[in-house]
Amino acid sequence: MTATIVPPDTIEAEPARRTAQPIRTTRLVKVELRKMFNTRSGFWMLISIGVLSPISAGSLLVLGLNSDVTYQNFVRASGFPMSVILPIIAILAVTGEWSQRSGLTTFTLVPSRGRMIGAKAIATLLVGLGAVSVAFAVGALGNVAGSALAGVDTAWDVSLSMALQMMLYNLVGMAFGFALGVVLRNSAAAIVGYFVASLVMPGILALLAQVRSWFEDLQPWIDWHYTQVALLNGATNTVKEWAMLGSTTMIWIVLPLVIGLLSLRRSEVK
Amino acid sequence: MITVESLTRRYAGFTAVDNVSFTALPGRVTGFLGPNGAGKSTTMRVMVGLTVPTSGTATINGERFADLPNPGLEVGVLLDASAQHAGRTGREILTIAADTMGLPRRRVDEMLELVSLTSSEAKRRVRNYSLGMRQRLGIGTALLGDPRVLILDEPANGLDPAGIRWMRDLLTGFASQGGTVLLSSHLLHEIEVIADDLVVIGKGKIVASGSKEELLAAAGTLVRSPSPRDLAHALERAGIPSTLAGDGWVRTDADPARVGAVALTAGIALTELRSAEGTGLEDMFLSLTADTQREGVAA
Repeated sequence: MTATIVPPDTIEAEPARRTAQPIRTTRLVKVELRKMFNTRSGFWMLISIGVLSPISAGSLLVLGLNSDVTYQNFVRASGFPMSVILPIIAILAVTGEWSQRSGLTTFTLVPSRGRMIGAKAIATLLVGLGAVSVAFAVGALGNVAGSALAGVDTAWDVSLSMALQMMLYNLVGMAFGFALGVVLRNSAAAIVGYFVASLVMPGILALLAQVRSWFEDLQPWIDWHYTQVALLNGATNTVKEWAMLGSTTMIWIVLPLVIGLLSLRRSEVK
Repeated sequence: MITVESLTRRYAGFTAVDNVSFTALPGRVTGFLGPNGAGKSTTMRVMVGLTVPTSGTATINGERFADLPNPGLEVGVLLDASAQHAGRTGREILTIAADTMGLPRRRVDEMLELVSLTSSEAKRRVRNYSLGMRQRLGIGTALLGDPRVLILDEPANGLDPAGIRWMRDLLTGFASQGGTVLLSSHLLHEIEVIADDLVVIGKGKIVASGSKEELLAAAGTLVRSPSPRDLAHALERAGIPSTLAGDGWVRTDADPARVGAVALTAGIALTELRSAEGTGLEDMFLSLTADTQREGVAA
């Protein structure tokens, strides 16, 4: 047998406790930003935003009428691919740790799950702000090029309020994806859940509102899609409309997020 | 040092870890043994804060893992080599771990070299890694922060013979520099070669713990002779009970030195004489965990 020869002075000696600095949140956010795009799926999502956004804006040049050549239309066109992809990025930022099981490493390096989810939320927000800024920039380029090609006056028809609402539209979509990710912690389930809630459910609720008049008044308060469309159109203006947005945000984002965070605190990472 | 005290983890309907206490000392490799589903992995997950214990504590150098300011610099952990994002390259996985711990990027290259992953392998995505390569990457991640404590769950799984020897030397060297190593395995030979201390768990309970020498002291001696019956008689006359084990082998609880002396006095030629340790750990393991084995093996 092979005996391990241990220098006698090290056998009893406790290793010296090093003065480790706590991990700073800015560092965690940077790492999370890197993690969003250093996987194959993350890389292609980033590329598809970069490619689809100009294509979408360009298609307006090719297919649109002269009267369509306005800044609002270009921003909406270049932002459309983002409104689909950004929530998926938000979902995967959270669920990857469970579905891909990388959480085993992540949560042993950073045991505080709250901090980790917080860093992911900040990184998601930064990606959202960056992407929407790109949409506005691409839209502006398209608008300048489009009006020159069509020989019409360049129309800058996006007010500050409307721009902020368009921005918020994308951030709310990401927040919903993020909340679904936290509560479901499974990539496939969260993505399916997101598309059910954004594509299937609005139709059902709209139908319900048509056949049951009492629901018609209720719908704007509980239909997530309804308040999203209002944001996209820059039509959230009155206190009541903002309250409706607050109500749907509570139901679809805050509530699942709180439930998810509570269960996540004590859940096993496997 | 790793200290586990009265640790219990219950799930709906069963107790995975039942009042487990043990200590893994610095400067020593502690082997954590047990049949499948005995609670080894659950115990290790509790140690690093991935699973919340129902009761009891696990501390690293006196602190709860979750209270360590930057755990990666103090404890290297490898629980499951396959638990990595399949779409990331090996290098990226080390890079994000190094960034999280706040280490310089050159540590990534140092680790790749240490675990013998070539730069072209490091550029491949983990999806395309063999289990052995994932294991190497996992060990690299664990050692990245130059920790003083290692917690490794089945690290030899999937490694080739050269890899197993490399790992053995690495862990022995780590312990000889005063590091603490807790290593689980069901490869008994591996544990036997490498461990200084053993903790045996079965059905969530500790069934034995202590130094390897202590636990294997009862293993006795295997001795082989062309005339095993004469040898057995000689041993009996010397007051040493023995049994014939077939193929010329005689087995006894006495230590090899005494058996050799008896054979010399009786003028019996021996062809082999050794401590029964080689089979001892397996026997010990099976007898200690007999009522917890799935197969119900009677040792």
